[in-house]
Amino acid sequence: MLEIKDLHVSYGAISALRGISLKVDQGAIVTLIGGNGAGKTTTLRTISGLLRPKRGTVVFLGEDITQLAAHRIVARGLGHVPEGRMVFSNLTVDENLAMGAYLQRDKAVIGRNREYVFGIFPRLKERLRQVAGTLSGGEQQMLAIGRALMGEPKFLMLDEPSLGIAPRLISTIFEKIQEINRDRGIAILLVEQNANLALEVSSQAYVLETGLITMEGPSADLRNNPQLKASYLGG
Amino acid sequence: MSEFLQQLINGLSLGAIYALIALGYTMVYGVLRFINFAHSDVFMVGAFIGYYAGEHLPRGTVLGGMASMGAAMLGCAVLGVVIERLVYRPLRGGPTLNVLITAIGVSLFLEYAGQLIFGATPRAFPDIFPSRVIEIRGLIISMNQVIVIAVSTVLMFALEFIVHRTKIGTAMRAVALNPKAALLVGINIDIVISFTFALGSALAGAGGVLYALNYPSIDPLMGVVPGLKAFVAAVLGGIGNIQGAALGALLLGLVETFVDGSRWSTYKDAIAFAILIAILLFRPAGLLGRVSAEKV
Repeated sequence: MLEIKDLHVSYGAISALRGISLKVDQGAIVTLIGGNGAGKTTTLRTISGLLRPKRGTVVFLGEDITQLAAHRIVARGLGHVPEGRMVFSNLTVDENLAMGAYLQRDKAVIGRNREYVFGIFPRLKERLRQVAGTLSGGEQQMLAIGRALMGEPKFLMLDEPSLGIAPRLISTIFEKIQEINRDRGIAILLVEQNANLALEVSSQAYVLETGLITMEGPSADLRNNPQLKASYLGG
Repeated sequence: MSEFLQQLINGLSLGAIYALIALGYTMVYGVLRFINFAHSDVFMVGAFIGYYAGEHLPRGTVLGGMASMGAAMLGCAVLGVVIERLVYRPLRGGPTLNVLITAIGVSLFLEYAGQLIFGATPRAFPDIFPSRVIEIRGLIISMNQVIVIAVSTVLMFALEFIVHRTKIGTAMRAVALNPKAALLVGINIDIVISFTFALGSALAGAGGVLYALNYPSIDPLMGVVPGLKAFVAAVLGGIGNIQGAALGALLLGLVETFVDGSRWSTYKDAIAFAILIAILLFRPAGLLGRVSAEKV
């Protein structure tokens, strides 16, 4: 589904990614874990076209999208729920969802996706007329995911969905992520600092450290890896 | 009382013209975070397009006048889009200061190209609308004032509708709030920016014709002063805020007119600006603007 090869990205003289490769198979949940500043967000932003790599390729559904404009990548079926949620804070929940369906012309499809989003996040339906900036952190995360789903993605990238969210909501959000993957067959690339949680829901995992992939394998194996336990899983 | 009403009408019609210009400043600032100093010259070009269109269309009729104004709006929309495409777009992503200086360059270019093409001598603007004066109990309202107020009201409601009720308008607001997130939902930012320039410039074009109707001579430097005042009005209302720009402009038009009608008329601009500075001292973000940290 998605394959990146030897990706190098730098901000001016500072290199953020120093040649990483990873793969996400159809229908899989893959996680990318690592500490602050490891390059997780940079990886996602480069895949979705917000950043341009110095070297390397991004292939999505058999097509090289490395140089494609961000809005065209979305049109190919790649959804990105960005770090910090980035909901349109002055727009209502309804308008945010409408913007999520910006490229969708078929009214029936838009209606169906809305119903699906309300089905998994009923809270959004209750807050339809509310301005997004006044929602709680968890609700904004639901909206950000809902907005991405309105674009009818085949593949979804989530950047730190647990960040700044009330602990009791975190498990709900992660259940919903698994539900989306199961019901709609949407492949997911999950970036998380909460490694325990990420390894629990994913089948495959990559560990990123200062711009390099240092470990990869089935999530179940990584969960029992002593080295990883010491540095990311709290002993 | 009738003197007060008279000044109120004069002030509103002046403010309405400022509003049409101010909206363009504020919309472009909203999506690109820079002041398009060439906007006041687009306004001037609008007046000239209206002038030439008026020469070929039947004079003194509402329909002919509307057609001239339509031509000015269309011509300015195209001009605005071309300026953005050729000049501002290549500089996007660079430091804002570069674009700002370039905007001043475009402004000077249009002013001197105007002198070259149209000539520097002021010209009398034709009566493209029926020139009639309505007198109600000592109140003198010119047909032109009625047209200014009517047309600008219609245009401002149309703008409000486009920005809040259409998909492209919602996309404009989305881009203004968060360009990255806008990209991630598939909005083509280039198209939204072009649309913003078209919209703002069309309003300035209409403003140019309406201004020329009330101050019947036009010249290539006519945009400078009203452009500056409209810019101030946009800041007063809260730059980036559409309703704020309209409110600030109406306020500025009224203050200017009332001071002009008093015995301090010599100092009308000084007094008007002093009041504005006083307002900004208490509301630094403008009347409807909100102080907010710009998101990275």
